[in-house]
Amino acid sequence: MAQGKAAVIRSDLDIVIARTLARDTAKSLGFGAIDQARIATAVSELARNVFLYAGTGTVTVREVERGGRRGIEVICEDQGPGISSIDLVMQDGYSTSRGMGMGLPGAKRLMDEFEIRSQEGVGTTIICRKWRM
Amino acid sequence: MESLRIPILKIGDVLIASIQVALHDASAVQFKDDLLQRIYETKARGLIVDLTAVDVVDSFIGRLISDIASMAGLMGTRVVITGLQPAVAITLVELGLELPRVLTALNLEKGLAALQRQVEESGDGAG
Repeated sequence: MAQGKAAVIRSDLDIVIARTLARDTAKSLGFGAIDQARIATAVSELARNVFLYAGTGTVTVREVERGGRRGIEVICEDQGPGISSIDLVMQDGYSTSRGMGMGLPGAKRLMDEFEIRSQEGVGTTIICRKWRM
Repeated sequence: MESLRIPILKIGDVLIASIQVALHDASAVQFKDDLLQRIYETKARGLIVDLTAVDVVDSFIGRLISDIASMAGLMGTRVVITGLQPAVAITLVELGLELPRVLTALNLEKGLAALQRQVEESGDGAG
């Protein structure tokens, strides 16, 4: 399996770099234009969350295979403050910052699979996948 | 770091800005501030923001577009967003951002026509 490529998030410029990496990877894996936009937009939301809440982190994008299906996997990791209530942040409209509260639930809707692990004071890892039709 | 500046063109009493680069957050905020300042300086009655070349609109940029329309509206300037790509329209709705109060048009030409109608309807023809 491919090791994937990572983008380090340190500033708002890196959000653009991460979503460009996701789009390019999706394109090379054969995703169509609309799925490329979905994946790039989801990564933009996740990378922005890292920047806003943790300050720094990484976004890794790689190819995945399961049961003969191929897809893309996005792993978003930070050692930030963590999320105290995952149920709350997954609600539309919930935000503790200047966002619209669409980031995480929106990213989940744009992808096929979405897992979130977080521990307060330790950090947050989000893994999401999209499968090719 | 100096942020990218999006050129804002003036034709008659309409301002036109076409986003041709991937906007990062700081340059997007700069763009909003520049637009409002130019509206104030030029007393433009209409503003078109053309997104033909934009391939990703996330919640941050989506909110910014909505804010630009609201803020310019408060100043008395009509805003039309033009040229949304199909993939961008799909992701915006799936993201949950339907921009209900933002006037849109398929392209720049239709956007200009829509602005013209808006300005005529609002009855402030000769300025």
